Amino acid sequence: MAIAAADQITMYRKMVLIRRFEEGVAEAYADGFIGGFTHLYIGQEAVATGSISALNHDDYVIGTYRVHAHALCRDTAPRALMAELYGRATGVCKGKGGSMHFFDASRYMLGGYGIVGGNLPIGVGAALSMHMQQQDRVVMNFFGDGASNQGVFHEALNMAKLWNLGVIFVCENNFYGIGTDVRTSSAFNEIHKKAQGYGIPGHVVNGMDVLAVREKCEELVKFSRQGGGPVLLEARCYRYQGHSMTDAGKYRSVAEAELWKKRDPIPRLAKSMLEAGIVDQAKLDQIQHEVNETVEDAMRFAEASPRPAPEALYGDVLVGGPSA
Amino acid sequence: MPELRYFEAVQRALAEEMARDERVFILGEDVGLVGGTFRATEGLMAEFGARRVRDTPIAEAAIIGVAIGAAMTGLRPVAELMTLNFGIVAMDQIINHASKARYMFGGQVNLPLVIRAAAGGGTQKGAQHSHSIESWFVNSPGIRVVIPSTPYDLKGLLKTAIRCEDPVLFIEHEMLYNTKGEVPDEEYLLPFGVADVKRPGRDVTIVAWSKMLHEALKAADQLAGEGIEAEVIDPRTLDPFDLDTVLESVLRTRRAVVVEEGWRKVGVGAEIASQVHEALFYELEAPVQRVAAADVPTPYASNLEKLALPDAQRIVDAVLKITL
Repeated sequence: MAIAAADQITMYRKMVLIRRFEEGVAEAYADGFIGGFTHLYIGQEAVATGSISALNHDDYVIGTYRVHAHALCRDTAPRALMAELYGRATGVCKGKGGSMHFFDASRYMLGGYGIVGGNLPIGVGAALSMHMQQQDRVVMNFFGDGASNQGVFHEALNMAKLWNLGVIFVCENNFYGIGTDVRTSSAFNEIHKKAQGYGIPGHVVNGMDVLAVREKCEELVKFSRQGGGPVLLEARCYRYQGHSMTDAGKYRSVAEAELWKKRDPIPRLAKSMLEAGIVDQAKLDQIQHEVNETVEDAMRFAEASPRPAPEALYGDVLVGGPSA
Repeated sequence: MPELRYFEAVQRALAEEMARDERVFILGEDVGLVGGTFRATEGLMAEFGARRVRDTPIAEAAIIGVAIGAAMTGLRPVAELMTLNFGIVAMDQIINHASKARYMFGGQVNLPLVIRAAAGGGTQKGAQHSHSIESWFVNSPGIRVVIPSTPYDLKGLLKTAIRCEDPVLFIEHEMLYNTKGEVPDEEYLLPFGVADVKRPGRDVTIVAWSKMLHEALKAADQLAGEGIEAEVIDPRTLDPFDLDTVLESVLRTRRAVVVEEGWRKVGVGAEIASQVHEALFYELEAPVQRVAAADVPTPYASNLEKLALPDAQRIVDAVLKITL
């Protein structure tokens, strides 16, 4: 199944945007504009890009605390995302969520969640909701290798299969739960095979190859949408940075990191598109230039944006207001 | 007026709301075929079908997580936790997810979600099955806490809870399920944050809820024999809490006792007493008294359990301490 040239270019642009956005975030973090935990996606771009691009616009996406890329893949404006990171009123969550909690109702992006595995049953609930409302919209439910050892992972898989719901569980296996190697933390570390315990088809894909991720996800989304029930995809990938901005990542060897960087998804797609004659180098340069502009604009916008007004402190807790 | 038992009031409220609004559905352990451990959902599966009355696995975190996801995407789930003891397993989903989602997502999403749970001790169920932990939830912003003492209050408040756009923890008492009370056939709703004066009086204000309301009324009967007229107030909802009604009463009686079945240390009673002190310190004839459970895990032996939990006599003693 060949992926259309235009789609490949779109995915390339998206991966370059994610990369440049995250580099901008790192710079802004170092400059003190962004605080708290900030988990970068650099290195893993092919996973969110390839998988989310296989969805319809009104399918749901729900993710973890490493969620910048997923919101970008849902086409939330980089300005609104960067402003959220800067803690500004113009942020996608009015500056109240921060890096781990991007949510965009208008894009069917059900949010990022800071507790490992916490989003998994919520995604299943959204799928139950679609099932009960007789809609064939599916839910793409992201998690990391570490979450596959959490209780709710197993509870969520069990319920999804029990009710045969349209959930695509996507494991972004970057092989480390913060600093602990998956081999140290998971008795059985072929995560896609954990799905078999619940009668759910488990698949594995090279998460550094966006075309492979996209092709596999098109197949899985179609299967789930047509009533096949939940599926699980393990995408093997690597984060180049530490777990968060405060983690130097010293638990990993330089040789290991270098090996993975040779598999970088962006030059990989560039090379294959050049070879196929889909783009020329000038087009790739133009994309990079435009993306750089977009991210710079987002950072300028964020910096110029107002902080939330003090009155915002008590808003949004409840619909009824604190004393209704 | 016709009489209903407390558990029948639950059934009636659920049935009326499910008939009124197709988006309302029930999920939980043994809620369907069995009709609920306390018979609270009896007959509902037959009336509304297994699609809307869903038996779940014993997986409390996922039950709440699924309810959150469904509430975010257009449905109005009523999740039953069987007992609040099992809610402790789901604390992450209740506190960290349901109670925070709206705020951290900048008000983009509502969570019209009801969590029903039976609580309380007094039936020799031992340390892990006798909790009155409403204080844990009242401490957390972002979730309403409703705790009715009579069938009438239960029915009107549960209907309001189901129509509420915010997460509601609806705490029923295990020992009240078979108690009877007048409930009109006509539909009615009761507002949150409006206390009910269950017995007027001039000498002392007793604030009590759930099963302790009945102990307080017994205490008031006994005190009346000694010439002390106690005003007994049932707040009915702990979040929002009707402080005005309590303060207005204490301004007249100048004495107050707060009763709860939960532990004394950092309990809801401590908060209410503190608020009364802050508002009316110079009007009080005596410090506000707290009657609460002994700060121990609930013991099994019937004599010890009786010692651990508050009762009418303990309330009488507390009143006499500040009225003699």
